[in-house]
Amino acid sequence: MTMRRRNFLWGSAAVLGGGALGLGGAQVLSSVGSLAAESGDPDGVFPNIVLTSHESRNYRFYDDLIRGKKVIFNFFYSGCGDICPLSTQRLVEVQEMLHGRVGRDLHMYSVTLQPELDTPAVMRGYMETYGVQPGWLFLHASREDIELLRRKMGFVDPDPELDADLESHIGVVKFGNDEIGRWGACPSFADPEEILASILTIDPSPAARS
Amino acid sequence: MLLRNVGNEKQQERARLNRMEIIDAKLSRRDLIRYGLLAAGGMLVAKSGLSIRASGAATLVSPRTTPWAEPLPIPQPLQPNTSFDLSKLSAGLNGDSSEAPRASHQLWDYYKPRKFYEIEEKQRTWSFHKDLPTQPIWNFQGDSDDSAHYAEPTLHARYGEPIVVRNKNNLPANHKGYGIPDTSTHLHNAHNASESDGNPSDYYGSGYYKDFHYCNKLANDDPNEALGFLWFHDHRLDYTAQNVYRGLVGTYILYDELDCNDETNVNGFRLPSGEYDVPLVFGDKVFNSNGIAYYDLFALDGIIGDKQTVNGKIQPFFDVKKRRYRLRLLNTGPSRFLSFKFSNNMPFWQISNDGNLLPKPIKRTSINLTVAERVDIIVDFNSATGSDVFLMNVLEHIDGTGPTGKILNPGTPLLKFNLGPTAADGSINPDQIDKLRGLPVMDTVINKTRTWIFNRQNGAWSVNGQLFNRNIVNAKCKLGTAEIWNFENGGGGWSHPIHMHYEEFRILSRNGVAVKPGDVEYARKDVIWLHPGEKVKVYVKFRDFTGKYPLHCHNVVHEDHAMMARYDIVDGPAS
Ligand SMILES: [Cu+2]
Repeated sequence: MTMRRRNFLWGSAAVLGGGALGLGGAQVLSSVGSLAAESGDPDGVFPNIVLTSHESRNYRFYDDLIRGKKVIFNFFYSGCGDICPLSTQRLVEVQEMLHGRVGRDLHMYSVTLQPELDTPAVMRGYMETYGVQPGWLFLHASREDIELLRRKMGFVDPDPELDADLESHIGVVKFGNDEIGRWGACPSFADPEEILASILTIDPSPAARS
Repeated sequence: MLLRNVGNEKQQERARLNRMEIIDAKLSRRDLIRYGLLAAGGMLVAKSGLSIRASGAATLVSPRTTPWAEPLPIPQPLQPNTSFDLSKLSAGLNGDSSEAPRASHQLWDYYKPRKFYEIEEKQRTWSFHKDLPTQPIWNFQGDSDDSAHYAEPTLHARYGEPIVVRNKNNLPANHKGYGIPDTSTHLHNAHNASESDGNPSDYYGSGYYKDFHYCNKLANDDPNEALGFLWFHDHRLDYTAQNVYRGLVGTYILYDELDCNDETNVNGFRLPSGEYDVPLVFGDKVFNSNGIAYYDLFALDGIIGDKQTVNGKIQPFFDVKKRRYRLRLLNTGPSRFLSFKFSNNMPFWQISNDGNLLPKPIKRTSINLTVAERVDIIVDFNSATGSDVFLMNVLEHIDGTGPTGKILNPGTPLLKFNLGPTAADGSINPDQIDKLRGLPVMDTVINKTRTWIFNRQNGAWSVNGQLFNRNIVNAKCKLGTAEIWNFENGGGGWSHPIHMHYEEFRILSRNGVAVKPGDVEYARKDVIWLHPGEKVKVYVKFRDFTGKYPLHCHNVVHEDHAMMARYDIVDGPAS
């Protein structure tokens, strides 16, 4: 779709939600036309859905979070008892190992699979519990948009029963560099040094020799 | 607007408690698995109400291509650089700044190279089909040309003739798109020391080279250990699937006095040779609407295409003479399992498994070939009638889970053989072959028994519940000893082609059913088709070299998402 239409919707969202747009705003947003189906990038991989951060700021998935950036993202939900506690802990360790790069030239995003429950306040509490450092965004959006994002990003199980079961959700961290189109993934509960080594492959010139 | 409720607070509390427990107890990952903290599900099955639509990745359909429009490319053997001064090579590093680091070559003094080959990994152009645009691929080639002369180069080697292959990485350092310009070239099935194995974690970047020392040494110096049809491919950790899909694939054929590439030599096996000995390298691809090979960077389970290439071409034709041929079949994946038959259902002889000659040819009408497996067959086109015959893939395979098991009728024709005139045939009728390669005698003393369970773990892949860590040695195997390994499919309905580097194994049983003489798996193998729910028991012995090696799933998408373990051969006790 054209930029004009996107901008129009984006503009109306700002009006609707004001400065601190909550979940309700985002839900209204995506109910205005089938915005979620729009892709932000030329290849149609990244839906340009609107996500709201733990700081209640809104972002377009592709335009604001992916385009031209080096990113690390996964899905989580604060009520997850099996997969997320360890995954988040691992990623917190990775964030430390990245020595302040997160939020500067590397961007970390965790998107909730339970958007109704994981409000900005809940997400802030979750971040505090885990010792998440600044620069890493926790995000929610409407359920439909998250579902679309989850599928587009490949966080799916081919077994529909397992796929529908939140407790068996995909524990993978995806990393990529949109500038050069390089993407990879690794288990989010792998050892932090392996996650780090994997993530660093998105730097355009990884170590010239091993 | 806030839907906070009691249930949610409970969940929050549980997450917090989990976190505190993990921190307080300083549990290792092994402990977490043991205590079930890492197991998927188990606590309560909370249906999330998420929709059960299939994966969001749009199903791409390749543009139409006209079948049988182009000839099958025949890989030409790489020629050695005869002007290179072999005395310049040594076990250690050469000492120039563009050489990638490696350990010193083991057994160098006993296996000094007699030939020197050069391969350049580079972005070149290739046409998969005349209806699709010529496009960049990455390949191995012996020259620095910008166009690929052939999609899959081959290297012909001989036992008793050690070689060094200098592999120069000249891939574009500023590459954009799928694939990463770091490589570690693995010679699959070779009896090579770890430093020349192409270990996944021994990658080096563009601008560097590495000398691979291929001893072409018989394991244990036993002629029954001779290998035949090997292949090389990039093995860069996390990016193997992408780099192989880009084209970093080649074949390696090993001859000896018996399998001598001369069908008229009465002292040899008299298998079809020369132009009648042809590698058929299968790849699975999908092309976007512009006709460019497309790789789904967001697939975690497998990459399944809708166009199969044979030696880099889609549905080529091959003008054959009416006589016997030796066809060497290799499935390079990334994820598709194949099952072949001929359109006229003619029988043929399987003479190898994983490239190793069988004790005796086995007459069959179909053959299964999972990713990375190699099978040599002898086909007698003199027995075919009409003007052509097709090689068909008849196995239905829809997603990364594995083949459905359904046999398609008629299936997909992959290669057309145009039957030409009768030609002289110096090879022997396989029905008259009583014995090819015998099987080595197995040790009766077993030093250790291990079990390897291959499982799906929340969208990633694990071995014995562990995710690959290049610095963790999952098994130490004592040099000169034999072990029993049990490969188990962890479930979920997934099929895994399991491969171990370096040493081959013998399958003793599948689900307790012994493999017997005359079975196609009564052979030396390096890939196991691990069907859902299966347990496979193998015998393996560790000989000649020490060092690190991986074992992994060869659905390379699973492999890249941690379905790999590390075993080391050590000159010390096993553990
Ligand atoms: Cu697998």
